[in-house]
Amino acid sequence: MTDEIVSTGKASPLAPGLRTAGTHDVAATPLRHPGRWVAATVLIALCTGWMFSLWRNPNIEHLTIADFLFDGRIVRGVLLTVALTGCSMALATTLAILLAVMRLSANPVLRVMSWAYTWFFRGTPLLVQIVFWGYLGLLYQTLTLGIPFTSIQFASADTNVIVTPFVAGLLALGMNEAAYASEIVRAGLLSVDHGNVEAAHSLGMSPGYTLRRIVLPQAMRVIIPPMGNETISMLKNTALLQLIAVPELYTQTSWISAQNLHQVELLIVASAWYLVLTSVLSVPQYYLERRYGRGTDRSLPLTPWQRARRLVSRVRTRVSQVARTDATTEGDA
Amino acid sequence: MNTQAIDGPKPLVEARDVRKRFGANLVLKGIDLRVERGQVMCLLGPSGSGKSTFLRCINHLERVDGGRIYVDGELMGYREHGDRAREMKPGQIAAQRRSIGMVFQRFNLFPHLTALENIVEAPVGVARRSKADARTRGMELLERVGLTDRAGMYPAQLSGGQQQRVAIARALAMDPKLMLFDEPTSALDPELVGDVLNVMRDLAKSGMTMIVVTHEIGFAREVADQVVFMDDGVVVESGAPTDVISNPQHDRTKTFLDSVL
Ligand SMILES: Nc1ncnc2c1ncn2[C@@H]1O[C@H](COP(=O)(O)OP(=O)(O)O)[C@@H](O)[C@H]1O
Ligand SMILES: [Mg+2]
Repeated sequence: MTDEIVSTGKASPLAPGLRTAGTHDVAATPLRHPGRWVAATVLIALCTGWMFSLWRNPNIEHLTIADFLFDGRIVRGVLLTVALTGCSMALATTLAILLAVMRLSANPVLRVMSWAYTWFFRGTPLLVQIVFWGYLGLLYQTLTLGIPFTSIQFASADTNVIVTPFVAGLLALGMNEAAYASEIVRAGLLSVDHGNVEAAHSLGMSPGYTLRRIVLPQAMRVIIPPMGNETISMLKNTALLQLIAVPELYTQTSWISAQNLHQVELLIVASAWYLVLTSVLSVPQYYLERRYGRGTDRSLPLTPWQRARRLVSRVRTRVSQVARTDATTEGDA
Repeated sequence: MNTQAIDGPKPLVEARDVRKRFGANLVLKGIDLRVERGQVMCLLGPSGSGKSTFLRCINHLERVDGGRIYVDGELMGYREHGDRAREMKPGQIAAQRRSIGMVFQRFNLFPHLTALENIVEAPVGVARRSKADARTRGMELLERVGLTDRAGMYPAQLSGGQQQRVAIARALAMDPKLMLFDEPTSALDPELVGDVLNVMRDLAKSGMTMIVVTHEIGFAREVADQVVFMDDGVVVESGAPTDVISNPQHDRTKTFLDSVL
């Protein structure tokens, strides 16, 4: 673009008046930012230097990292971390919706209970809650399902059989997260226009149906971005379960390094996996946001997949066009 | 118990001494009204006189503090136990509302659903009709309001007038006995008002019973069987449009009509 304008200027030396009258020459010179180049060069040099020092560091055995990256124990740990994240977020979201609805209900008992739950689980450290669930067996030897203050019992079992380390971790993470997520869900529910609720009621929809089909789908648009954040936090918080010996990714690396004393290498292995997992999480978030954004944007942007397909079809038509013109020119010759 | 049964054909809507307060503010001070089957009642009155509140009491979006509202002989929102009335459960109230359509000033379409999905949602999810039937009926209704080509569009992609016509179609999809309109054209640009009024005029001609809160005096004069003027929570005067609009008896009605005409 710039070249074109400059060249037209040069190409018409006979009309200097035109050049000064045109505003194109002035607008076409972009502002220069020498500071940016200096800053970028310094930063790149620093990063390269640091990477190099890691690479050349005699205390890091790079082969060990490569050996353990896909070690069976590590891979099992990764799978457990993913399962824990998914299950705890599912538990947290379900509880959060319940807590948010309770908080917004007209019933003062429900409101206070929801408030108290959030107050307790947000007010005590996650680490303490994890240890508490891990040692639940010391507090209650058996778990009993029955009617309180009576001798009626439906079922009873040894605590340590039901609350395995996995279950303890799941409960600790999910119940803690529910306290935070309930505020996110509440904000989402409040963001929905009340006129929509009235319209739903006027059509004969029950309160529950209105919540499920009218309010929640609209609230999702507000809920999903912060819940994406929470999911990433959750993924990393699963590492805290090392304390109660849940064999997730970080626990596995710590067990391995306790044997072979390659602490740094195994920390790098764990970090690499956490980075991969958090990066992958943005994909479902993108599609969820698209799904629940329907109707708010005048037209939805294409997904990467749709964009790729469109590119392929465009290239294909180009190629066939070129082939056709080639054929005609050959025919002419 | 059912006193209407005795005195001849019962009206579709009957309000008896309806009272409603918000805190210390008495908004409805004893409203008595009757709407016969197939008739159109237009409710006029200055802003804040309680028109919307009365309309919302009819389908129990607001709880009344006194009096009774009957639709098709059924007490709305309450079960009678001798002299006392006990509020119904949410599910029963929802069931009662299915036979009453409501159209709001601000359309209140569901923004996450397309025009057709807006219409089909309640018939499928609430009235348990089959999806295919509901969609066929939905397309018929869209044709009736002149929007067949907009079926797949989201509310944000429609003009105000088009949104309001979809909202009317959505209410009609539940096959209501009664339609309530709360200032359906007040939020519209002047050039879009006509389309919505035409749809309502056709609906009135087809025999639908309607209660319309409106400031469109021309529409009221032409379409209404009965015009009611409300002010400060009471019915000031009511009667045929020729009487109330062309020859008002009360000063308050005259002042109001002068201000809107
Ligand atoms: N939810 C509410 N809470 C408190 N006051 C209300 C509420 N709804 C309406 N009002 C009051 O009731 C009166 C009548 O309102 P409304 O029925 O909307 O009047 P209109 O529709 O005739 O303009 C007004 O004074 C208004 O402020
Ligand atoms: Mg009003």
